[in-house]
Amino acid sequence: MATTDTIAIDQAELEQHGGASVAVENLCKAFASHTVLDGVSLSVSRGETLAVLGRSGTGKSVLLKIIIGLETPDSGSVCIHGQNIAGLPIDRLSEIRKKMGFLFQHAALYDSLTVAGNVAFPLEHHRKDMSRSERSERVKHLLAEVGMEDSFDKLPSDISGGMQKRVGLARALALEPEILLLDEPTAGLDPISSGEIDELILKLQRERQMASIVVTHDMHSARTIANRLAILDQGNVVIEGSFDDLQQSDIGFVKEFLKQS
Amino acid sequence: MSDRGFTGVVDVKPSLPMRQDVSAPTVVSTATGLVSGFFEWFGNLGIFSWRVLTAAFTPPYEWRELIRQLDEVGSKSMPLVLLAGAAIGVVISLEARYSLSRFGAKSMFPATLVYSVIQVMGPIITGLVVCGRVGAGIGAELASMKVSEQIDAIEASAINPFRLLAATRIVACILMLPLLTVAADASGLFTGWFAQALVEPLSFHQFISAGFSGATFSAFLPQTFKTAVYGLIIGLIACFQGMNTRGGAEGVGRAATNSVVLGSLFLILADVVLVKFILVFFP
Repeated sequence: MATTDTIAIDQAELEQHGGASVAVENLCKAFASHTVLDGVSLSVSRGETLAVLGRSGTGKSVLLKIIIGLETPDSGSVCIHGQNIAGLPIDRLSEIRKKMGFLFQHAALYDSLTVAGNVAFPLEHHRKDMSRSERSERVKHLLAEVGMEDSFDKLPSDISGGMQKRVGLARALALEPEILLLDEPTAGLDPISSGEIDELILKLQRERQMASIVVTHDMHSARTIANRLAILDQGNVVIEGSFDDLQQSDIGFVKEFLKQS
Repeated sequence: MSDRGFTGVVDVKPSLPMRQDVSAPTVVSTATGLVSGFFEWFGNLGIFSWRVLTAAFTPPYEWRELIRQLDEVGSKSMPLVLLAGAAIGVVISLEARYSLSRFGAKSMFPATLVYSVIQVMGPIITGLVVCGRVGAGIGAELASMKVSEQIDAIEASAINPFRLLAATRIVACILMLPLLTVAADASGLFTGWFAQALVEPLSFHQFISAGFSGATFSAFLPQTFKTAVYGLIIGLIACFQGMNTRGGAEGVGRAATNSVVLGSLFLILADVVLVKFILVFFP
C-alpha cells in the first residue's frame, strides 16, 4: 500500500520545474530501431492546456502513455507534481495515477459494462467510502456534465463514437483529477460533434482548472481549447508557444503544417 | 550476424553456391530464433508470474471479481465436466467388464472402476475439459481487452490489472479444479455403476463398498488435489497469452488457441511430474 509519503509532492523537484503539474525532460523512446521520441521536453501547470500537434506516427500518443506510466521511456524523466515516476512500483504509481484522468483515442470503454458502469468503475475501486446511492448520484452528475445522462443503462456498443468519447471523458473525470490527458478527443468525429467536445473540454477547464495535455491533429480544435501549442517532428518539439507564435515562425515544417491545417 | 555467416560459407565453398547460400544461414538463424524465442517466452512468463504473485498477496483484494470468476470457472463448467465424467465412467465400465471377464477377475470390477476414474481419468479429463472451455474464454476475453486498450484503461484508472484480471482468474481456476474433479469423479462412478447394473444386478451400495474397501484417503486425495496445479497452469497460461496479445482480431484468435494448446500441453507434462511426485511422497 502506498503511504502518504510515497505520493508527497517533492518541493525541491517542484520548484525546479517551476511549479509545473507535469514536467517532461529529454524524453527518448524507440521501438526496435525506430526512434519515436528523441529528447522531448514539455511542462504544463495548473489551469493550463497544452496541445501537442504533429504528423501521424510522431509519438504524440506514446508521449501521453509515458506521462501516465503505460509506456516506459528509454531515457529522460517525467515528473508529476514534482515526483519522478520512473521506476516506481505499480502500486505507488497507481497513487499518482489517481490524480490523473486519461481519455483514450478510441475511448477504450469496458464493453461488458454499461455507460454508468464504466463511469462508476474507478469510483467502485477507489472511493470505498461512498455508499451505493452516493456513487450512483455522482455517476449521474458526471454523465449530465458531459451530456450523456440519457444513456445511463446503454452498452458502449449501442452509442456513437462521439458519445463514447463523452463517456470516456466522464470516466476520466470520475476521481476529480488534477491532470487531464486527452488523446485525439475529436478524431473521427463530424465537425458538429468535434465542436461539442471542444466546448465540453473548455467548460471543464474553466470549472476545474486542471493541467491538461491534448494530443490532436485538429488545429482548429487545438486553437479553441489550448493556451499553448507544441508541434512535434522527428521525435522532437520544433516549436512551442501561442498560436500567434506559431504563425510568426520561420520554421519550414511549422509553416507547412499550419498551411495544411 | 547471419549475413556474416552467409558470406563465410560462400567464401569457403564457392563450388556449391545456391545450396549453401540459402539453406545454411536459414537453418542456423531459424534454430537460433527458436531457441531465443523459447527462452524469451519462459522469461516473460516468469516476470508475468511474479507480477501476478505480488499483486495477489497485497491489498486491496478484489473479492467481488474473484467471486464472479469462481462462478464463471466453477458453476458454468459444471455441466460439461459432469457430462465428460459420465462418458468416461461408461467407457471404463464397458472396457473393464470385458477385460476382467477374460481374466476371470470380474469381482475386481468395482475397485478397477473406482481407481481408474478417481486416480487417472477424472483429474486429467476434468483438466482438459476446463482448459478447453475456461482457458480459451480467458485468453480471448483478455486479448480482446488488450487490443481495444481496455487493460490500459484499467491501469490508467489506477487499478492494478494483474490483481483485478489475472490474479482473480488464476485463483478461481486453482480453487475450482479440485471441486470440479470431485464432481466428474462422482458422475463417472455413478454412470460406470449404472452401465454395469444394466448388464448384471449390482446395488450401488455394494459397488461403493467393494470399490473403496481397503482404500485410504491418501490413495485419492493427492490425485484430486493435484488438479489445483492444473488450475494454476490453465489460468496462468491463459492470462499470460491474453494480456500479452498484439495484432487485432488475429491476435485475439491466436491468444485463444495458444491458451488451449499450451495449457493442455503443460497440463499433460505436469501430470507426468505430479504422478511421480505422488508415488514418491504418498506411496
